[in-house]
Parts: sequence; C-alpha cells; structure tokens
Amino acid sequence: MTMSATLAELVRDFKANGRIVIVGASLAGLRAAEALREEGFSGSLTIIGDEPYEPYDRPPLSKQVLKGWVPADHTLLPRFRELDAQWRLGVAATGLDRATRQVRLADGEQVPYHRLLIATGTRARQWPNPTEAALEGVFSLRSRDDAARLQRALAERPSRVLVIGGGFIGSEVASVCRELDIPVTVAERGSAPLVGALGGVIGEIAAEMQRDHGVDLRCGVGVSSLEGDTRGHVRRARLSDGTTVEADVVLAALGSIRNVEWLEGSGLAAGFWGVGCDAGGRAFDINGVVTDTVYVAGDVARAPHVLYEYQFLAMEHWDNAVFGAEVAAHNMVSLEPDYRPHLLLPGFWSGQFGVNIKSVGVPPFGDEIVFTQGSVKERRFVAAYGRRGRIVAAVSFDHGKWLEYYARLIEQSAPFPPPPPGWDRPDVMKPVPAEFPAPGVPTAIPDVVLTGHDPSGRSAEFRPRGR
Amino acid sequence: MRIVVDLNRCQGYAQCVYLAHEIFKLNGAEALTYEPNPDDARRLQVERAAAACPVQAIMIDRLDGAERGAPS
Repeated sequence: MTMSATLAELVRDFKANGRIVIVGASLAGLRAAEALREEGFSGSLTIIGDEPYEPYDRPPLSKQVLKGWVPADHTLLPRFRELDAQWRLGVAATGLDRATRQVRLADGEQVPYHRLLIATGTRARQWPNPTEAALEGVFSLRSRDDAARLQRALAERPSRVLVIGGGFIGSEVASVCRELDIPVTVAERGSAPLVGALGGVIGEIAAEMQRDHGVDLRCGVGVSSLEGDTRGHVRRARLSDGTTVEADVVLAALGSIRNVEWLEGSGLAAGFWGVGCDAGGRAFDINGVVTDTVYVAGDVARAPHVLYEYQFLAMEHWDNAVFGAEVAAHNMVSLEPDYRPHLLLPGFWSGQFGVNIKSVGVPPFGDEIVFTQGSVKERRFVAAYGRRGRIVAAVSFDHGKWLEYYARLIEQSAPFPPPPPGWDRPDVMKPVPAEFPAPGVPTAIPDVVLTGHDPSGRSAEFRPRGR
Repeated sequence: MRIVVDLNRCQGYAQCVYLAHEIFKLNGAEALTYEPNPDDARRLQVERAAAACPVQAIMIDRLDGAERGAPS
C-alpha cells in the first residue's frame, strides 16, 4: 500500500470509529458538532456543557428577553441536522489529561477522546467584592439564568438601575431600562461608553445618544462600593468622585473572563486571553508547538490573524463562534493539505437606543477615523478606521447596508481614507485621531482584543479603582 | 419552532416584519429583534418571512423535534 493510501485509510477509519469530545455546549459547540456530522464523521461524539440547558443563543438575552417580550427559555438555537451525540449537560469539565487523552468532569467521570474541541467560552466578570456581590439586587449578565433573574427585577419596576460599565452589554441594558421607562445611571471608568471597542470619537456620539434618551451617564468614574439595607438588598453605590447613586438594581457589566481554569496543568497555551491556536483552530501547547489532537473555537480561542499583523486575535463575536467551529470541525477530520483556515473578517452588531450599531474589521487596531457617509447629527453614518494609510475597520450607525463595501476594502488592505461609495457624504471628510484608550487605561474590556504574543498578557485586566 | 437571525448579515430590509410582525420587530430604523422560539402554529408565516429575506439571514430549525438529542 502506498503512503497516501495508508493516510486516506487512517482518515476513513477515524471518521467511522473515532471518538470526539466537545467541551462547551453553546453556539460554537453545537455548530461544531453539526459540522462534524456534515463532514461525514460517524464515530462517537460527546458534548459536555456546564449549564443544564441545550444550546441557546445569547444575543437576545440583553435585548428582547430583558424587555420582557421573549421569555429567557425561548432562545434555544435551531438545529440543522441530527447529531446522534452523547450529551453531558449540567456538568462542568474540570481537567484535561493530554497524556491519557481524557477529560475529567466535575462528577469524577473521565471521558476519553481521540480528538478534543475546546469551546468553553467566557463567563461574566462578577463584582469583585464578594460580600457586596452577594447583596440582593446585584446582577451580572451572561447566561439564560442571569437574564431571567435580571428581567424579573426590572419587571418589578426598580426606582433606579445602576449599570457599572458602559460596554456593549451595559449600554444595551441601559437602553432596555429607558424603553421600560426605568431611571438608569451608567458609570463608565473610561471617557465615554463603547470607548474601548470603538474609540473616543464614536464614544462621544454614544454618550450623547444615551443622554438624549434620559440616561444619567457618568464617565471617568468608578464605583468604589455597594451598600445594602438591613435585609441585605442593595440600596446605593459610592462612586470614586465622592458622589452616591441610590439604586435598587445594580448590573455589573465588567466584561468577561475566559473559561480556561480547567486546562491548568494540561500544558496547553491557555491564559488570560484564552487558548492559543493556529488559524485552523489547532491548539498550541505552552511551548508554541501545535497539537494534533486538541482544537479550539469560539470566544475562548485566540489565533493569529493575517490581516492584523498576525497578532493573536480573541473575538467574542457570534460569527466567530459559528465559522471557527465549522473550520475546527473540518480540520479535526482532515489531513494536510486539506486543512482550512478560519479567515474571518470580524464583525458585530448591537441594537441600542433604537440605533443599529454594526462594525467590520478591528476598530482598536486603527488610530485614525474618518466619517465617510451620512450624518453624525442624525446618527445615521459610516466611519472608517485607518492605520498607517490602510483601512482596518468600519463602523455604522443605522447604515449597515454599506458595510460590505468597507469589508471588501479591509480584506484588500486598501488605502485609508477610503473613497466613499454613497451620495450622502458628510461635509467634513478629514481623518482625525480615533482616540482609543492607551493600553492599561481602565475601561470596559472591548469584545475583540488584539492580545499580542503573550498567552497570559494582562495589560487590559479590569481593576476596580481604589482597590 | 426555533429560529436564529444572522444579524451580521441582516441589513434591516424588514421584509420579515411585514410578513410576520408578531415574530420580527424593528427597534428604530434598522435594529431587528425577534422571537427566537415562536409557536409551531407560526411555521408557515416564519418560513415565508425567511424566504422573503433579501440577504437570507433567517435560519430555521430543520429538525421537527424528533431528534433534538439533548436531554430536557
């Protein structure tokens, strides 16, 4: 038998008799499982998830669910094919032994694998003072249970909601509060909401938008402490500028933490920003050597991106979970030269205050911004981000139809400022500094991060002021 | 039934809103929100909305509940 025939036989045998374990039962885990079956993998498939629910979609939680329109248990993800999988839901993975190829579960069981996919995602960063975090009325928002609890609290019409952190989740929740006519204060340590993700120029527009909708927005301040009443319910917050805010619901919207603790001792390149992997989803070990058996997808993956100087990019984006899972699944049952790269142009959306904010590319990679279409005053516009004369990202407010045009320019690394495609050109089309906070300046952690080359680099770690 | 809208792809054409306004709503000019798990009685209406989407952003469950796999 020739060598290539032997290899082809190995792939066929693995597809028929292999054991694949997926740790993480959310969007990435589900789509990877479906893609594996699509690829012809008919071996044993196990899906492990720490939550007791089958895979559900998270973006609706901070919007239609909080508003009370859609129940929190109505966000189950559609299924596109039969999986014939063993589901282990409600039990977390607690360890990985790569020598014996076993995943250890919280209930003591050991699950063996031939190939492993890590899709454990992130969790919400909790309010750092455990006593204050345990007060009634203090929430975070990531899971379906979180959303159900916060929705119930909002339905009881609190006298005021305090949102700590003006990132996307914090801003979306503030928007829902105003739609429900609930008074809301947003405390953001940076200079403006969304400043970490979109920079100070766009942040100023987001700030005006919040204030126009009646949000009590306070920037450049941190929350020093939370105080409860005698029954243990939160009543007020002390801010770093000496003021207090009376609130009976507090949402800590402090960004996310990657779920990598269970990988301690596994020898993988797992750290603060997630699990390092190549652009095909194959995990790196701590020495930077690519593994053949462990793959990564979704929020917990960080991979070098060809468009962004091969820096390791960590993306908490919906389509990163979908496409990263599909690519990892394909590569798990393929051999070179059939490996596929996960070459996604990042993109996200956020609905808040009646405006659709969308972006393509990596805005914080840019240092200049230019408005190319529409009107800032009417909050319908597109702005492009540039770095060293090249376009690297674009953001739109209620102008999403145009983003594909910019996406193509970004993919080609086209010159900045780009030629505007539309007729509705702004009066001023002059690039200005995009005003991203310097690394280490405390603000909400943006949901797409260029993490450099150090797997545990912590330069943007959230540290509450005054602690 | 279960649906998900790829909101990266959605461009706010709102055809789905015209065809199934109980399921799809616009919040402002362009921001779409929707009921991800509508009642099965709405399936035909939702399928029409999905078919009418100019950018094909609406994805519908392709299992009729026979094998969802996960224990409830």
